[in-house]
Amino acid sequence: MAKSHSVWTSIRFWRQSAAWVTGFAVVLLILLTFDTMRQIKMGSKRVPAPTVINHHIDYKYSKKRGHEVPVIGKKELFFGKEWSPKEAAALLHKGKLTEQAKNCMDCHTLLGNGAYYAPDLTKAWLDPKWKDMQAMIGAKTREEAMAKFLQHPEMYPTHERRMPNLKITAEEAQALVAFLKHMSSIDTNGFPRGFSKTVSDFKAGGTYAH
Amino acid sequence: MLTSIKNNHLKYESQKLGMMYFRVAIILFGAQLLMGLIAAIQFMYPAFLYGVFDFSVARMVHINALVVWMLYAMIGSVYLMLPDETGIETVGIGLGKLAFWVLTAAVTVVVLVFIFIQIGPGKESSIWLINEGREYLEAPRWADIGIVVVVLIFYYNVFFTYMKGQRTGIMTVMVANLMALAGLYLAGMFFTDNISMDQYWWWWVIHLWVEATWEVFVGTLAAYALIKIIDAKREIVEMWLWIEVLMLFGSGILGLGHHYFWIGTPEYWWEIGALFSALEPVPLVAMFVHVLYDWGKEQGANGEKPVIKNGPAMAWLVTNAFGNFLGAGIWGFFHTLPQVNIYTHGTQFTAAHGHLAFFGAYATILIGMMYYGIQRAYGIERLKATFKSKMAITLIVFGMLGMTVALTIAGYEQVLVERAELGAGWDAYFVAQALPWMKQAMAWRTVMGVVMVVGFVYLIWDLVTIGPKEAKENNQ
Repeated sequence: MAKSHSVWTSIRFWRQSAAWVTGFAVVLLILLTFDTMRQIKMGSKRVPAPTVINHHIDYKYSKKRGHEVPVIGKKELFFGKEWSPKEAAALLHKGKLTEQAKNCMDCHTLLGNGAYYAPDLTKAWLDPKWKDMQAMIGAKTREEAMAKFLQHPEMYPTHERRMPNLKITAEEAQALVAFLKHMSSIDTNGFPRGFSKTVSDFKAGGTYAH
Repeated sequence: MLTSIKNNHLKYESQKLGMMYFRVAIILFGAQLLMGLIAAIQFMYPAFLYGVFDFSVARMVHINALVVWMLYAMIGSVYLMLPDETGIETVGIGLGKLAFWVLTAAVTVVVLVFIFIQIGPGKESSIWLINEGREYLEAPRWADIGIVVVVLIFYYNVFFTYMKGQRTGIMTVMVANLMALAGLYLAGMFFTDNISMDQYWWWWVIHLWVEATWEVFVGTLAAYALIKIIDAKREIVEMWLWIEVLMLFGSGILGLGHHYFWIGTPEYWWEIGALFSALEPVPLVAMFVHVLYDWGKEQGANGEKPVIKNGPAMAWLVTNAFGNFLGAGIWGFFHTLPQVNIYTHGTQFTAAHGHLAFFGAYATILIGMMYYGIQRAYGIERLKATFKSKMAITLIVFGMLGMTVALTIAGYEQVLVERAELGAGWDAYFVAQALPWMKQAMAWRTVMGVVMVVGFVYLIWDLVTIGPKEAKENNQ
């Protein structure tokens, strides 16, 4: 390139700038990835260990953080028993495998990602709808209602759009419920916001009916 | 039908192979539209094919056909430009042809399994043989490994041709970018019980493809096409390309953060994601200006009579400049800040953005490259748009814009009613889905989808007939 040319029209300048900027972005991404991996590993504060299924889970507004956060409460039985760390991990493994093998993500969203044909499942375990479903299905507990629904969703229609029967076995259904319960314990920075906060108003006849 | 496109005037085997990739790409594009139509109808009439060919199946094939047809058209474009840029026949082209047949056979098997077997039991074997169940990356693991092998062969072709032949700036960017593009696929090839970890790496593939490496790929294609179609000056085009690389990677790599707001990852991604993804439209403006500026400049220079050597390709290239900016830039920016995204994340708003962005940024320029391939295959000096070319682009663009508007309206309604008003649960979701506003939007989406399908019929009809017709007229 002739000396009289401005640096702004120099290919060499832009090529080098592109390389430096890309390199910087990649290095920063890698460093942040190391930190994020540490913060989201299984058993961390943000992503609790599989044994969280042995606990009551809630989703409460935190004044400090300005949004809802999962609250891990006292112990409660899950499918009538307390699961050892090994059993809980195996159950979660089976649940995640089933979630993928049944292609849940191409109708639902998980952590907000997926398809938009059915409700988001991020906090599905906490959905007040399961109280109604428990009565409809005739189940003693929430987990039992969820497991029965997942095995035969076509038997419990709530809307015109129904979940199809995906030939989910009893064992797979139990594992899926564990997967959903575990997902509800993940700290998602307040997503979804105001989860089901107005359901009782809505059921009373409308959002503003009191 | 597509074998009626001839290759007689192509000097290089590489370019003939490129045309093979284009043929499969256009068929898969058709499959994508068909599946989209089924899914759109299911939104309106949920009983349609319920229990036989459920929404999840139609949607899975819809988005996988999308990714695969675009990859086919991208690989086809590279085989087409490779001898032009390097001045030599592609190294190891025989192996490249073998890889094409292996890939096509594998894609056929995967699609048949998706359609007829659909899902499997909750075991590792399902992930390996049937369906990986991760949006966009549903292809089972055996196919992942096959894809990696085929891509390695493709990369071997590109890299060694580049090393042996002439090394242009365009090819330098192409070679470096393809390495990143291919390497990133590996980030999606593992199983974990941890859904947050799963999504973290899943986005490395999805985002760093479509918002970084694919965009740079489009930049290189546009650079090559501008030189070929309107005689743009290589020095100018290559300088712009480096600026685009700087801006695309500078914003797009850390723009990845806007997918890490809500998946369990730390809060600092809010700031990083917001800042860098807010910058993501900037290079798209630059690319838009670049194409239009070059067009105006080259066509009006020196008082010569302007000549566009390939009318349809240029039309699609300009549509790409608009569409990329509008779909990826504007529609992406709409909901990229966490303060908005907490409500819009995972709604029809995302679908509106996804449709216009994939179409505007990628489908357009790849269709343009197919027209350019046909021009070369028939040795036509100047390819003019036919009535069918015009109908195709008009109906396809109109249909896509209509779908985007409909989905955006559906998105607004879903965001405000389901998310903001009713709090995102099961009941909230179905209340919003049942409102007349949502139903009207979904009906319009289907109507506009049909418009697009009619446009596609014109497109495929044009692609098959324009070559012989124009070749005949040019020879008269």
